[in-house]
Amino acid sequence: MYKMAVLGDRESVMGFRALGFETFPVEDQTEAKRILRRLAQEEYGVIYMTEQLAQYLGEEIAEYRDRPVPAIILIPGKEGSLGIGMRGVHDSVERAVGADILNN
Amino acid sequence: MARLNVNPTRMELKRLKARVTTARRGHKLLKDKRDELMKQFLDIVRENKELRERVEAALIRAQKGFTVASAIMSPEQMEQALLYPKQSMTLSIDYRNIMSVDVPKYSFQLKNDDPSEIYPYSFATTSGELDDAVGALSSVTEDLLRLAETEKSAQLLAQEIEKTRRRVNALEYVMIPQLDETIRYIVMKLDENERGNVTRLMKVKDMMIAEQFEAKQ
Repeated sequence: MYKMAVLGDRESVMGFRALGFETFPVEDQTEAKRILRRLAQEEYGVIYMTEQLAQYLGEEIAEYRDRPVPAIILIPGKEGSLGIGMRGVHDSVERAVGADILNN
Repeated sequence: MARLNVNPTRMELKRLKARVTTARRGHKLLKDKRDELMKQFLDIVRENKELRERVEAALIRAQKGFTVASAIMSPEQMEQALLYPKQSMTLSIDYRNIMSVDVPKYSFQLKNDDPSEIYPYSFATTSGELDDAVGALSSVTEDLLRLAETEKSAQLLAQEIEKTRRRVNALEYVMIPQLDETIRYIVMKLDENERGNVTRLMKVKDMMIAEQFEAKQ
């Protein structure tokens, strides 16, 4: 049985807690790195992370990209979308096809 | 293309011919695998894109709701209202096999079945905007999970496609030409030996005839 985590700044993750997600409010990147690593080792199947945080954690996220568990999914935080999550989708296409063919 | 460093013998030729047949068959199979993976991948990634657009829009809306709520309520009140959730979620992961890639299938279980359990506070002390925001967020949950599922699947498939494509290319442009080249080299060498042998025999025969002719005279 797996758990679901939401990682991000306090205000962005607040609401998720009411829905039954486990939330981990973090303020700076080093803390985020530490928590992400811990969550990945524990039984978290899906980790949602705000893009505001993810922009500093590119390496860590790439590391988990090819593993079946956990899935790290980027979501827009309270400041809106930065487009990093969407870029990830395009990256997948580019990797598989060799060119980005989604732009139509 | 460099040929392999082998002895030009009949044994080696036989071995190489068997290898090139295997390589050709493997190449064909991998090519089929790549094509099928690509087909599946494109379906999934399109869904991925669509879901992401929808989820992002919905989440931004929900976050705006929280911003409005926090403008009306004090941060302490907000914090307190959402501090202790009544609802909790667990996730189970099943795997579906697409061309030998295990892609996840998520489903979640809620501890409480009552849909109103997402409001962990009393309505008396909080503003209606907070209810709306939590409600909006809750309606995205299903999509959020499906997004995770398709996005992870797309990532795993992309990795497998990349790997398969490398193998196909390695076979097509390195292995098979190399084997063909080596086989041709061995065939040439053996033929050349054969011709050398024939000329030598002819020469010896000539010499023997000349010798006999001389002995008669």
